[in-house]
Formats: sequence, structure tokens, C-alpha cells
Amino acid sequence: MEDILELTIAQIRELLQKRKISSVELTNYFLERIKRFDGDISSYIKVTEEYALKMAGDADKKIADGENGQLLGIPLGIKDIYCTKGIETTCASRILKGFIPPYDATIIRRLKDEGYVHLGRLNMDEFAMGSSTETSYFGITRNPWDLERIPGGSSGGSAAAVAADECIASIGSDTGGSIRQPAALCGVVGMKPTYGRVSRFGLIAFASSLDQIGPFTKDVEDCAIMMNAIAGYDPRESTSVPLNVPDYTEFISRGIGGWKVGIPKEYFIEGIHPDIEKAMQRAITTVEGLGATCVEISLPHTEYCLAVYYIIAPAEASSNLARYDGVKYGFRPQGSIDLLDMYKKTRSAGFGAEVKRRIMIGTYALSSGYYDAYYKKASQVRALIKRDFTEAFTLCDAILTPTSPTPAFKIGEKMDDPLQMYLSDIFTISTNLAGIPGISVPCGFTKDGLPIGAQFLAGHFEEGKLIQIASAFEKYANIEKRRPAL
Amino acid sequence: MKIDKGVVEYVAHLGRLALEPNEVELYTSQLNRILEYMDSLNTLDTEGVESTSHAVPVTCVLREDLAKDSFSVEESILNAPEKIGSSFKVPPIIEVEE
Repeated sequence: MEDILELTIAQIRELLQKRKISSVELTNYFLERIKRFDGDISSYIKVTEEYALKMAGDADKKIADGENGQLLGIPLGIKDIYCTKGIETTCASRILKGFIPPYDATIIRRLKDEGYVHLGRLNMDEFAMGSSTETSYFGITRNPWDLERIPGGSSGGSAAAVAADECIASIGSDTGGSIRQPAALCGVVGMKPTYGRVSRFGLIAFASSLDQIGPFTKDVEDCAIMMNAIAGYDPRESTSVPLNVPDYTEFISRGIGGWKVGIPKEYFIEGIHPDIEKAMQRAITTVEGLGATCVEISLPHTEYCLAVYYIIAPAEASSNLARYDGVKYGFRPQGSIDLLDMYKKTRSAGFGAEVKRRIMIGTYALSSGYYDAYYKKASQVRALIKRDFTEAFTLCDAILTPTSPTPAFKIGEKMDDPLQMYLSDIFTISTNLAGIPGISVPCGFTKDGLPIGAQFLAGHFEEGKLIQIASAFEKYANIEKRRPAL
Repeated sequence: MKIDKGVVEYVAHLGRLALEPNEVELYTSQLNRILEYMDSLNTLDTEGVESTSHAVPVTCVLREDLAKDSFSVEESILNAPEKIGSSFKVPPIIEVEE
């Protein structure tokens, strides 16, 4: 059974359909792996063994009845941010400990419709606020490639679980890079779709004008399969966009001959790790070897992205997190003298340091007298950032950048300096501000054997183009196949 | 220094947080550093630039007001830390004169 861990969704689906393996056998295989290896990595907050085996049993019956869902019998890991009926959903926060949603998020419903198996809840930064998965109330997640290092964040559990073969694929969310950055640092594929492409109904909100849901997979074809399952309009979500969704797997073998690929000069700055810079030079050569032309482009407002993001995201978060008041669900300490006292005690003991810091920044930026100087100014600069991309895409079909300026850093290295931590997202946040899609694909290793990711960006609703260029790149770049030594 | 401890305490109150003295100290210094970084935006002229609150144009979405199945009272209060019968239970809201 050892070779199962080499197999993708596409390959395993075939084995399931031909009855070479059952979903229950497959699920037990991954449950065993989690038992064996997750003690060191801690990618899961909770493993839902009984629930998983029941779903696997149901999937096997459906396969026997000749049904063929896109994910029928496939064991997936789920970031602990999606409301799932009857399953504790915590957002890695003490304030939601014990919360059992009475309904399914649309993403969960869609995965169920396709017959997936829910292995468990994956760890993350508390309320998805972080770049290292060190702020979870339930403890840190470690990078499978080096247990002394972080897996990236906020969807660090989702990336680590795929890298360590503790699930076939997983689901994460991306507000400023929370899918692409951990995907790069753990050596897997991660996509943030266009804002409005995947319904967020039932996603616990962080920053509502930036949040998107997307997959972590072993390769680009699996990313296309996952996107087919999760993309599409949802009347329950008012920012979901009623556009037809193409079959993303059709973009796999098309090639990119004749494409223009933009290389933004502002993304090749001092401070990039030298091995990442070298890997990017190789990536450019690979893209040109595929018959595309690389052209230098400019995204002139790049240097302002981080400041804009760290006003807008905390502002929206401070508003979204006002709902955690100790009344309707979750944690409430004892011994409050009145309602206001209860609110303050609940929130002070229920939220961790980074969440409180962002509530403070956001509340300040929205408070009377400072709104124009911070939130309004940031929203205007956001318009300029978005315009940079619109203009860039008149000159090129896709953009290539590094996903992260550094490989995985050491645990604890940036915890005392929030601004240094925020800089980890410097190449990914502009995408969320502009609402465009992005994908991170493995593009090599550092001298020390840590994974490096390349990021491709495209215009709104052009996820197909990203699948096209990323799959061509993956095939032609011929990145050495390695697995972390566990 | 853009903000002092007094502002941090006031903002904490607005955000319904009770900070320990050491947290007030820490957040005062960290928030000052972060806000200083934000000041880079002031070097940009944004006169006449329309603000963007959403990256993809979103219009007000309306739907028919139809009665549909919803959560039962039991499901709605299922997660309440404290409840009485079919209600959420909270500490006193209005001051009671002794």
C-alpha cells in the first residue's frame, strides 16, 4: 500500500472505479498515516475517524451502484474554518471552542455532493490571521520538510497535511496569501480563485472583501479537479458571481505557445532569498522554453500593497469579529457583573494576541477622526493597485512572480515582530486587493532542501489560464520529485 | 509617537477588549510601529481617486421575500453558553437600583 501516497486524485479515482481499492481501505490508510506521523507535524486539530469511515462506506456503496462523483470516495482534509453540520468548527480560536454548526457551508455541501470523505479539521492561524500557523489556540503546525520550521500560514495545516501525505488534497482559504504562501513553503500546489468564484457561505469571515476559498493538491491536474467541484454561483452568497464555470481539466494539456508572460520588476527586490532568485531565473527560462515570451512589466503601486492590506483587512476583521460576544455560541468566562463586563471578559480571554492586535488596528483605523486618514486612503490606493493589474493584463496573458520572498523560516523567528511577519505576504496580498486569481506551483528547492514556489497570476475569472500555464510549467520544468523524510 | 496609552485603552474599549497593563504597553509600541509604516500611503496623491471597497463590481443583490425552512429554536440556541428555556441567558443589561 506504500505507493498510494504517490497517487493523485485522478489516479486514485480510477482505482476506486475499477474496484482495485475501496474508499474504506483508502480512508483507513490515511487514518493510519495520520496516527503515525501527525504527532510530529500537528497538521490536524481533530481527526474525525468515525465520520470519515461512515462517509467512505457510503462512497463505496455509491461506487457499487455505478455512481461517479468527481471526488467520490476521496479522503480530504478541511481547514477548520468551514461550518460543518454536527462537527466542531473552531477557526483555531478559544472563543469558538465547542461550537457545533447547525448547517453546512456551501463548500462542504458541494464536496458532499461529489462524494468526498472528511478526514478531519486542519490547523490554521487563529481566525486565519497569520503567516506561520503559530497563532492557533491548539498549538503550532510544523513543516514536514523540516520540523524546526513553520509550514506557512494561515492554512499551514492544509499545506502540511498534503505535503506529508496525510490526505490526498485539502481545502484552505486565502485573504492575503494564506493558500499560496504555505503551498510554496510546503512544496505543493495551491490556488486562490477570483473573488466571487467560490461561495463563502458558511466560511467564518476574516476580511470579507478579500477572503477566498481554494484547494491544496499534489499537482495541477488535481487542482483543476478540485476547482471543478467547488467553483460556481451560490444564491446564498451575495458576492458570488453568476458566471458559467468551464471544465478546468480541459486546460491541462493546451500549452502556452505564443503567450506573453509578464515579469513585474517590482517583485524582484533586495531581500529575496538568493536560492529563490535563482529558481525564478530558471522558471523564466522554462516558460520561454514552452514557446512563451517573457516581458518586463511594471506594477507601480506594489510598495503600498502591504500598508493598504494591513489597514483594510484588520478594519474588516474588527467589524466581522464583533459577533463573538459570548452570547450565542462558544466560550464565555464565569463571574461577569454586567453585559459589558461579559463582552470584555469573553473577548479578552477568548482571542489570542494576534487577533487582538488586529482588532485594535482595525478599530483605530475605523474610529471617528481617523477613518479618512486610514480606511478611506487605503481604499483609494487599492483602486490604484487594481488599475495596475488591469493595465498589466493588456500587455501580457499571465504574470510570473516568486510566491514568497523566503523559504520556510524557523519556528518563533518572527513572532515578536508583527511587521516582519506581515512582510512574508509581500508577493501575495496584491492579488487579494485586486480580486484576481493566483496559483503557486513548486519550482525547486533551496540548497538546504526547502521547497520554493512560483506564483502565476491572471485576470479576473481566468483560473483556466492559470491551470494552463501551471500545468505546462509543471510538466516541462521537470522539478525533481522528492517527498519529505518523515 | 502617533498614539499613547490613553488612545490604546480607548480603542480597546471600543473593540470591547479589557487589556492587561503589559498588553497596553506592548500594543502601544507595536501599533505605533505599524501605523508609522502605514504613513507611506500619505506620500501618494489620491485626490479624485474613487475608493474601491470590492475588487469585483458588486451591486445590491435582491431576492424575493419568500418563506423557507429555517433553524428551529432548539437549533438556534444549541451552542449558547447559557440558556433559559428557549432563550439566550445574559448578565443584567440595565443597572438595578439597590
